[in-house]
Amino acid sequence: MPDVATRELSLGEAVREALAEEMRRDPRVCLIGEDVAEAGTPFKVLSGLVEEFGKSRIIDTPISEAGFTGIAVGAAMTGLRPVVDIMFGDFVTLTMDQMVNQAAKVHYMSGGAWKVPMVMRATLGASRRSAAQHSQSLHAWFSHIPGLKVALPSTPYDAKGLMKTAIRDENPVIFFEDKMMFKFKGPVPVEEYTIPFGVADIKRQGDDITIVATSSMVQVALGAANMLQEIGISAEVIDPRTTWPLDEKTLIESAQKTSRAIVVDEGYERYGVTAEIASVIATGAFYDLDAPVKRIGAMHVPVPFSPQLEDATIPSEQMVFEAARVMCKRS
Amino acid sequence: MITTNHPGAENGLSREKLLLMYKHMVTIRLFEEQVNDLYTRALMPGLAHLYSGEEAVAVGICEALHRDDYITSTHRGHGHCLAKGAAPDRMFAELLGKEAGYCRGKGGSMHIADPASGNLGANAIVGGSAGIATGAAFSAKALDTKQVSVCFFGDGALGQGLLYEVMNMARLWDLPVIYVCENNLYGEYTHFSETTAGEILARPAAFGIPGASVDGQDVRSVYAAASQLVEDARAGKGPSFLLCQTYRNRGHHVGDVNREYYRAKQEELHWLNERDPIKLHGDWLMATNRADKTLLENIYSKAKAEIDAAVDFATKSPYPGLQQVEEDIYA
Repeated sequence: MPDVATRELSLGEAVREALAEEMRRDPRVCLIGEDVAEAGTPFKVLSGLVEEFGKSRIIDTPISEAGFTGIAVGAAMTGLRPVVDIMFGDFVTLTMDQMVNQAAKVHYMSGGAWKVPMVMRATLGASRRSAAQHSQSLHAWFSHIPGLKVALPSTPYDAKGLMKTAIRDENPVIFFEDKMMFKFKGPVPVEEYTIPFGVADIKRQGDDITIVATSSMVQVALGAANMLQEIGISAEVIDPRTTWPLDEKTLIESAQKTSRAIVVDEGYERYGVTAEIASVIATGAFYDLDAPVKRIGAMHVPVPFSPQLEDATIPSEQMVFEAARVMCKRS
Repeated sequence: MITTNHPGAENGLSREKLLLMYKHMVTIRLFEEQVNDLYTRALMPGLAHLYSGEEAVAVGICEALHRDDYITSTHRGHGHCLAKGAAPDRMFAELLGKEAGYCRGKGGSMHIADPASGNLGANAIVGGSAGIATGAAFSAKALDTKQVSVCFFGDGALGQGLLYEVMNMARLWDLPVIYVCENNLYGEYTHFSETTAGEILARPAAFGIPGASVDGQDVRSVYAAASQLVEDARAGKGPSFLLCQTYRNRGHHVGDVNREYYRAKQEELHWLNERDPIKLHGDWLMATNRADKTLLENIYSKAKAEIDAAVDFATKSPYPGLQQVEEDIYA
């Protein structure tokens, strides 16, 4: 018998458990998307939910991302709390008017009269050999838009707690899960918990350099931190967990302490999340920094298919290690 | 094409209701004339798309709805909002960017929203509200509230894919939504025949959605057609599509004054003189001895006084304080 207090769940199981608990708690929560019911999505994250909640709450749709996202916006305004499933994060392009011009703006444009409590689940992450239209990490787009919140968990624990918060939030939340991490396991308590938005988590304490990382890049950063430890560099790894709201204070304080910072994110580096976070740190910790803040994101190319090429486009442990080593002036 | 004419559409309508519809149409017309005046005198900022000429559509439809039924409106939305129950004073306040406006001055002419009258909001993205209207119908069905949702849109929105995505789902799921297409002949500066292939009503027919065409200048016909569709929707028969043939008396927006390059003066005069919905209804009320000239003039004077008072209220209302710029971004 596994000890329930220290049981392990995969990230996919943690998301499913969060959804199931919230659906039990609140009959207004429903799930809508392509092949979410019996199929449980191609990633099988939702398997079993339709058996418990039925097809009136786990709703299979046509392949009409804009349409069912728009329906979710209207449903959220009128008493439901829909969770929209976007199978591959690349397909968010099809929903942009509904998310950016409708969901994000309804509350503000109506002077607070209407609100849109909905969640959009989407995936991110390359290295699945799925090529340019099934591999992107587009969370920066939504982080750019006032009125939206963006969560991107890096562990099963965070996934469950953040998803529950997302569902209970009164605003549209985009929730990005790395599709390569659905089987990644970690401890998840049995007891009820939520994780507030805008609170970064220090995944590893360190003194010499701060590595800010998001989603799957947290594991990359932790791997690099282990390598750095071998050569006597103590790295602190911080996961903001939400790109908006952003816990600027924790990021700045860590950089003030270590005086060096690297930001790692799987989105395109240009004009991306790394740029924003680097700017926050550069501004907030300017007088304490010993080096310019280093950014490491995905290469500015469409994600290629060939494994050799694809792997070269995304940040790796080795890249983060090398960057940190140079910044700390170790050979 | 099914064309519904409703000879005897007044059957079952009380004299009070018929006079009320006249009053509402006059109120909308006077409202829009005031908007035109305020705009041309540079007292109103932004854009103004006038509804003059189309009053019978909004009034005929909204008179068939309950107050808690939902509507979504368009950039040419003042008529829909007023017909659904918005007050002219708070409408004008919004148009002038005042704190007392329906959106606290944050939405303006194209974004009037009012939960109290079931108005989910006017929308400045053509066809952009089709998802929201359908989503409201989704909620109504899921929560079994017996509410009906009306999606107002112009012929221009027939070019938007979102409309067909949500019509497909509305039929699949038998949602209580009525798609009301106001064909005022022009999308901006282009005749609809240049942008619309085939028969309009063949489009809902393709989804198995019942469609009908009605004389949009005849408020009694619009009301009769809408009443039937609302009854069907409430009875669980699913979506429907009502094509209202109407005309935009003025330009695309207030500044669209020289229109001869896209429509002939002759055509405008024909609609103004022969097909004006207020004149048609007024003449009918007198011809059937339901009203005399004096009564109609009294209705006009009262409406005029209400509009004048509303403009006065809005003009004297304060602008929102600067601190409000950051309010209502998140609920």
